[in-house]
Amino acid sequence: MGLNENITTSHPRSRMSLRGYLQMYAVAARQAIIEQLQYPAANMMFMVHILIEPVIYLVVWSSVANSQGGAIGGYTAAQFAGYYIIWTLVRQFNLAIGPHGFHWRIKEGRLAAELLRPVHPLLPDLGYYLGYKVPQTLYWLPMGFLLWLLFKPEISPDPWQVLAFPVVLMLAFFVRFFFMWLLGLVCFWTERVDALFELYFAAELLFSGRLVPLEVMPAWAQNVANFLPFQWTFYFPIEVLLGRVSLAEFWPGVLIQLAWITGGYSLVRLIWKLAVKRFTAVGS
Amino acid sequence: MLRPLKLFGLFARISVLNEVQYRANFFMQVLQSGLSLGTGLIVLNVVYSYTDTLGGWSQAELLAIYGVFVLMGGLIGSLVIPNMWAFMEDVREGRLDFTLTKPEDSQVLISVRVVAIWRLVDVVLGIAVLSVAIARMGLEASWWLAFAFASTLVMGMILLYCVLLLASILSFWFVRVWELMEMMQSIFQAGRWPVGIYPDWLRLGLTYLIPVAFAVTVPAEALTGRLTPQLLAGTFVFTLVALFITRRLWMLGLRNYSGASA
Repeated sequence: MGLNENITTSHPRSRMSLRGYLQMYAVAARQAIIEQLQYPAANMMFMVHILIEPVIYLVVWSSVANSQGGAIGGYTAAQFAGYYIIWTLVRQFNLAIGPHGFHWRIKEGRLAAELLRPVHPLLPDLGYYLGYKVPQTLYWLPMGFLLWLLFKPEISPDPWQVLAFPVVLMLAFFVRFFFMWLLGLVCFWTERVDALFELYFAAELLFSGRLVPLEVMPAWAQNVANFLPFQWTFYFPIEVLLGRVSLAEFWPGVLIQLAWITGGYSLVRLIWKLAVKRFTAVGS
Repeated sequence: MLRPLKLFGLFARISVLNEVQYRANFFMQVLQSGLSLGTGLIVLNVVYSYTDTLGGWSQAELLAIYGVFVLMGGLIGSLVIPNMWAFMEDVREGRLDFTLTKPEDSQVLISVRVVAIWRLVDVVLGIAVLSVAIARMGLEASWWLAFAFASTLVMGMILLYCVLLLASILSFWFVRVWELMEMMQSIFQAGRWPVGIYPDWLRLGLTYLIPVAFAVTVPAEALTGRLTPQLLAGTFVFTLVALFITRRLWMLGLRNYSGASA
């Protein structure tokens, strides 16, 4: 127990140089890349597993749009196609450690070992999931191209929107990363987490633009979404590349993303301190 | 013919005895199923707010499809999928030997071992949704309708069992196939909507490769009076073929299996 407290109270920053941190990130990222390139077939299947969800939405909403004379909620069928194809790329980027992964790591006692390292376990996670984007993007390219051919989307961004997209995409990852971590921390208090996780994912589905562009959702859902971080992880980056976000909407959006990142990070720090005090490992 | 059913009854009893020790799990399942049902209904409602029909299906009929989808998900989730996971785990760990040495047909044994009883909550919810849909459609009950619905439902379940087992059998050759299983489970989600709305290439896949069409859309067609006797006969033949192929591949896989202790 004393050992754990040591780790939370000591400041690793005072021990490790910036170079040390960068090296640590690089190692974690390389590990992710190597792991992912090892199983190409499994990864392709995982990709199909991820792609089937937006393809279903795409087909449903383009048929609805077509049945209503070509457009609903300001989206044409081709724009729906564009929305969900960008969705698949955004999904690759906002993938972060799920709360189930966190649950597993506590249950299997992995966390005990991670706590012994001189860095906060959050940091290798961050490096790992950043590195993870490299092979995932590679696997995504042929799939994205295929979807493009099959569904003929209409995507019309201005040059600045194309340049801004990678930025909001990374910010979206950080928002989601911290909130996923936060959700994972619940496992320190209770074992029965499945229902809570599902509640969280149901909320994310409805209020993030993951299911359908928020503009198409009823007004009450749009209002609720404004109080939650979810739309900044799906809807906002997608809309930027789709060319539907004006410059006047863009900057406030980025600021809100940064605000959620700061909020999420502060909460993680706060709750982590409480959580580690509760943590006891058995054995080694 | 009756022996598999007797075995199933025996294992089901053990599963029930095992599970009723953990009653809290029941409430967790109710919570989770209720949540996913609620989300599904909200989605349907958003679609309804824009259109009255989707691919030629009215609102009440779409609700019927959703009811069949939930019902079938519950049946497969409680009776089939847990068995497949247990089987793949056995192959990986080399424990299948224990099953093979028992004096019963091995395919039957691995198919009936586990019943995840709490997942049957979804069966109840699915039936509830179906009842509402049937009431809204103003359906006139007839023997033909009842027979067509019940038989297509059973055949749909057998077909899903076949493809899930086919995927699991691959673990005889490739030890790691759980990604394939996960992929198939996410493809099943396509069944929330009538397969007629999907583009041709996808509809063919959803019909013959992963028979979501037979498992959900066809029973819903039976219920809404869209099913022709020809389609019913075709479904029957396809089910027989699938059962035959699955059996052959099971035999082939067994020959390829070398146990951990042997």
